[in-house]
Amino acid sequence: MDRQLLIVSTVCFLAAIGRTIVALRAGIFRPGRFNFLSIGLGFIFQTAFLSIRGHTLGRCPLTNLFEVFIFLAWSVALIYMLVGPAYRLSLMGAFTAPLVVLLQGFALIAPIDIRHPVKLLANAWLEFHASISLVAYGAFALACIAAAMYLVQERQLKTHQLHSIFSHLAPLTDLFAAITRLLWWGFALYTVGLASGFFVGQPLPYVQVVCAFGVWLLYAAILQGRHLRRLAPKHVAALCIVGFSAAVALLWGITFTAQMPSLP
Amino acid sequence: MNLFCVGLSHHTADVETRERFAGHAETDCILRGAGCTEALLLATCNRVEVYAASEKRVSTDEIARCLARNIENGRSEYAPPFYRYEDEKCVQHLFCVTSGLDSMVVGESEIFGQAKKAYESARKSGSAGPCLHRLFQRAFRVAKQVRTHTEITRGSVSVGSVAVDLAQRIFGQLSSCKVLVLGAGETSERTARALVSRGVADLRVSNRSTDRAQELAQRVGGRAVRFDEWLQQCREIDILITSTSSETVLLTPESLAPMLRNRVDRPLFVIDIAVPRDVDPSVNKMHGVYLYDIDSLQSVAEQSLALRREQISVAEEIIAEHVADFGKSVSGKLNYKTPSTEHRALGETPLHTSEL
Repeated sequence: MDRQLLIVSTVCFLAAIGRTIVALRAGIFRPGRFNFLSIGLGFIFQTAFLSIRGHTLGRCPLTNLFEVFIFLAWSVALIYMLVGPAYRLSLMGAFTAPLVVLLQGFALIAPIDIRHPVKLLANAWLEFHASISLVAYGAFALACIAAAMYLVQERQLKTHQLHSIFSHLAPLTDLFAAITRLLWWGFALYTVGLASGFFVGQPLPYVQVVCAFGVWLLYAAILQGRHLRRLAPKHVAALCIVGFSAAVALLWGITFTAQMPSLP
Repeated sequence: MNLFCVGLSHHTADVETRERFAGHAETDCILRGAGCTEALLLATCNRVEVYAASEKRVSTDEIARCLARNIENGRSEYAPPFYRYEDEKCVQHLFCVTSGLDSMVVGESEIFGQAKKAYESARKSGSAGPCLHRLFQRAFRVAKQVRTHTEITRGSVSVGSVAVDLAQRIFGQLSSCKVLVLGAGETSERTARALVSRGVADLRVSNRSTDRAQELAQRVGGRAVRFDEWLQQCREIDILITSTSSETVLLTPESLAPMLRNRVDRPLFVIDIAVPRDVDPSVNKMHGVYLYDIDSLQSVAEQSLALRREQISVAEEIIAEHVADFGKSVSGKLNYKTPSTEHRALGETPLHTSEL
């Protein structure tokens, strides 16, 4: 039953992608209600899935790689729902939906939904640490998407080649403001998530801690460079993509190398 | 009842010919006297067209005589390039006209307002009856649908509007942007005015002649800046419009770099409309600087026009549906038949289904 909810959710996100592709091919893309509504609907089904899974497990559904992927996709959709309309970044949905489909599609197809042989005990600090960190990842993912949009917009303005998608992207200054805010939100949540990891009551793997601090330092450096105006917006955008790639690599490493009880 | 359209447009006639047949205030009434049950004159700078309904056939020559500005000399000595569309083709042509597909600048929306005005005028004078009422109401509906469901009006197609559009792509709201106009040329004034109309409040003007700078500043609601201070202004401004007659380059990466040191996260949009150019093209390579010269602005305008042209087929599909639907709704009331070549009388050119 819960997997069916996830399939319906994926179909909703696919509908948003399909609508975007058809519209872009016809050269008439207007970021409209359809995309926002289909993503919103997809988000509702994701939430329903996580809720049912959580009730079944009796804890936050972050016990295997499958759940981690779904939670990450949910975080991305959540941040989009909060940020997209507020910043007139509706086209972000065109970039967000494929990322969510990629995460959910992989989770649904790959045989990674393996129930833990032993029922995991609820650990409030561990669940808080994992969930808050994943929401931070969602913010970093959206910052990465906004950064990609910024770089596309910047490139087209520089080269004077203004393609059809150009006219629907948000202005450069708005995109940069969105990147900055998403970075601050992501950084703050990630800091809280990182700090809460020390209260889980279990020894943390040294490599994971070092890598997590590495990612934290990278984002701190980007924000400091931005704050001191040492980094041009284009460089901030490029570093956002590098930062998110590093964060995803770290998440991947954690879920593969760590023991299940200490996920993610 | 026959429904037909006779006219001249930028496709078929030069401005001199269009002027000769531009019609006049009483044209609608004269047309009714010539045998038209209903008549409407649509006269714009690019077209002169009569849309009419009649019980019996009214020749193109008759219409041409009504349209001639000087009635005594109305008899044409040559065959003017009039086109004539009847029934279904007339409906299709009007839908294309009101949707901007037949305009010189494809997708322009001014024609919509002009057609509405012409209809209102004919309605008030009693020249437009139920047949033209139905036709024009549908035409306005079609035009709105074409505008909503296609991108036929997308993009800017003039240098001034492209500059404003690009500024909005970079800065979003222009109300907080600071603009410096360097040189008091006509194009820079037009561009500055376009920016002011989109909300720019802080406008500065600099020119070698302080008097001319002050004059322009007064006209556009800005303030004059001494010419030897303009480079320093680049520390504060967001948009620079240059159009001086200088023979040498005024702005180079070397001169601009120190000005940008403290504004790393604020873009600078440079519009160089001077010929020869005032700004070294390599300025565009600097971080956060977006340089557009007259050629690149025109190229962007061309891209917009090309995109609009791509939308024509989408718009034509919408129009075709409405033409068919309109045909069904008026069947029995009009001789709504496929046009033949029977109208190739004196002064009539072959029918044009589309001149785009």
